Amino acid sequence: MSLPTTDIGTEEYKYGFSDDVKPEIKFEKGLSRQTVEDISNIKNEPGWMTETRLKAYEIFLEKPMPEWGADLSDIDFDDIIYFVRASDRKMTNWDDVPAEIKETFEKLGIPESERKFLAGAEAQYDSESVYGALQGEWEKQGVIFVDTDTALREHEKLLRKYFGSVVPATDNKLAALNTAVWSGGSFLYIPKGVRVGLPLQAYFRINTQNMGQFERTMIIADEGSNVQYIEGCTAPTYTTNSLHSAVVEIICKKDSRVRYTTLQNWSGNVYNLVTKRAQAYENATMEWIDANLGSKVTMKYPSVYLMERGAKADVISIAFANTGQHQDVGSKVVHLAPYTTSKILSKSISKGKGRSTYRGLVKIHEGMEGCKSNVNCDALLLDEASATDTYPYIEIEDPTAAIEHEATVSKLSDEQIFYLQQRGVPEDEARNMIINGFIEPFTKLLPLEYAVEMNRLIELQMEGSVG
Amino acid sequence: MTTENGLLTIKDLKVKINDKEILKGVNLKIGPGEVHAIMGPNGTGKSTLAYALAGKASYEVTSGSVTMEGENVLDMSPDERARKGMFLAFQYPSEVPGVTVDNFLRVAYNTVKKKELSIWEFRNLLKEKMEFLKIDESFSGRYLNEGFSGGEKKRNEILQMAVLTPKLAILDETDSGLDIDALQIVAKGVNELLPEDSSVLVITHYQRILRYIKPDFVHVMINGKIVETGGGELAEKLEEQGYDWLKEKYGESGKDNNNVTANN
Ligand SMILES: Nc1ncnc2c1ncn2[C@@H]1O[C@H](COP(=O)(O)OP(=O)(O)OP(=O)(O)O)[C@@H](O)[C@H]1O
Ligand SMILES: [Mg+2]
Repeated sequence: MSLPTTDIGTEEYKYGFSDDVKPEIKFEKGLSRQTVEDISNIKNEPGWMTETRLKAYEIFLEKPMPEWGADLSDIDFDDIIYFVRASDRKMTNWDDVPAEIKETFEKLGIPESERKFLAGAEAQYDSESVYGALQGEWEKQGVIFVDTDTALREHEKLLRKYFGSVVPATDNKLAALNTAVWSGGSFLYIPKGVRVGLPLQAYFRINTQNMGQFERTMIIADEGSNVQYIEGCTAPTYTTNSLHSAVVEIICKKDSRVRYTTLQNWSGNVYNLVTKRAQAYENATMEWIDANLGSKVTMKYPSVYLMERGAKADVISIAFANTGQHQDVGSKVVHLAPYTTSKILSKSISKGKGRSTYRGLVKIHEGMEGCKSNVNCDALLLDEASATDTYPYIEIEDPTAAIEHEATVSKLSDEQIFYLQQRGVPEDEARNMIINGFIEPFTKLLPLEYAVEMNRLIELQMEGSVG
Repeated sequence: MTTENGLLTIKDLKVKINDKEILKGVNLKIGPGEVHAIMGPNGTGKSTLAYALAGKASYEVTSGSVTMEGENVLDMSPDERARKGMFLAFQYPSEVPGVTVDNFLRVAYNTVKKKELSIWEFRNLLKEKMEFLKIDESFSGRYLNEGFSGGEKKRNEILQMAVLTPKLAILDETDSGLDIDALQIVAKGVNELLPEDSSVLVITHYQRILRYIKPDFVHVMINGKIVETGGGELAEKLEEQGYDWLKEKYGESGKDNNNVTANN
């Protein structure tokens, strides 16, 4: 019955093709003051942004690498290309998108979901967006959905007001790096009281060898507004290490609601080091929905600062760590106002020699009465060699806080597999079913086509694992 | 009295769990459309027989053979056996969080029946069986067995049987934990929702279920062997007199004089 285990890590990465789109401008490897200035100049940025970048570059040089988490010692900042532009022209409609790029999306299975949701889709290709279309209706309502470079040109005042206000360059070394060399990303503004019906979508890919992708995404949800944003990421395989280091800043004003969904599947050589943070004001709700598959190392802790009374944070994440991968993920919620609520659900799956870490912090400051927090971490181990660890820091300074915390570690049960097999389901499919069941609390929050894609990604990870 | 071309033929089956011999030479032949019952004291190997037939991995078959319609069952994986038409209603069904009853059963149905029913087509089929078994429709969207009461789990096993319509249904103590009404509904399901020529192997401690699901044969298992075979009256006798007379006749160990084999 038992077959030799083949590991997905040794197979060719399914999405690991690269296409022949010629980047028109490509920098040499390495980072200096000059590189930072060049990036800013090429984009014709206003002086304050050049200054911001240069200041951030100094901070980047001063800050130490984070050493409290995953092993980052292999990253060589001099071996990375910091800017690439895939195409000088800005596409306005799908027909003008180069065929190679379309083909790439097709191989990724993107067009299906594009078809339905194309309205408002913003697909980033290499460092800048090549395609952007915004549904007319939202435009009329005053919704701004552009890439961040465009936002800097066309909505400078708005961008300047919030840029770095949630994640300052001083926050950590990688946030500083992103601020110095950022390119692309989405900029989204929802005016007062506007509710955007369909989720807005963006796809990110890394395409040029050794290229770091440093997108900068900002969402400003004005009072009483409501929006969902989805990003899906996959990347081609390359032999040398790639770095993806994004910054996402979100402001949820009074009574607004923002759901930010990430579904990513980086190839096994990518360092994925992302700083995502939101501020939620009075009675606003911020939801992070975050799936992490692939990459060599992912360090990501979507966080929410609950700034005013009644604000809510809801963070639900899953991580799949395969052989050679370390998913160091979790969440951070800081209760800075009374009667604020947080809920964190983290699910991780470790396979082969993969390792997943939950690292979380819930902090309730003194005098913030009536706060509630609920933290759940469930880890599923698929093999003897796989590993998981949990660091759930909880710092409570107010005695009225209601805190619940639960952590479970389980193994794929032979009893369950046998039960499903007895109903005719083959062993590998039975495993997939149980695993997809394990992450169901996550998948059920996704739009249907993403849920399907998610299950398919899991199946790809599980391929050849019958043993 | 038995068919020449049995559906299932078990010959001298010996099974070890963790190096301990639990089944010590079981012989049993089940013809198409027949109902067999196995009774016997706790821990004598009834569930072990059921699991071994279904192909549970940790059950080591050390000798003997099992064939279904002439094919060697012991060579098949559990899912192949299921697709051949073998169904086991578990004594203790597993809970599978996050997997809904309807999604799971649709996959199972399509796999076993080699069909591709859509969600909607399957829902109709499922709904009909659920109505028959008086299972509330909310159960179809619930996670498989998670939080089900003991009786609900048993009824859910029969629902699965009704959907998959196996050639051989092995019911391992499906009656225990069912209330009186539920027992009748379940028995009715077994009698009416399976095809005419499907066979049933009922493992039970009580004669009551056999009043509704009429057995053609009743077997008694003691210490890993079938020691006595009779008709429905044997079950009544056991209910009245217990197993002592059999233990006396064949010894605690189940191996004694008459060289008893089951059925023919
Ligand atoms: N995994 C195991 N390891 C060791 N012994 C086992 C294991 N599984 C079953 N057994 C033993 O095998 C024997 C037969 O068990 P089995 O479950 O088949 O009995 P049963 O006839 O179904 O009993 P009951 O009527 O109580 O359901 C018992 O003594 C049991 O303890
Ligand atoms: Mg039993």
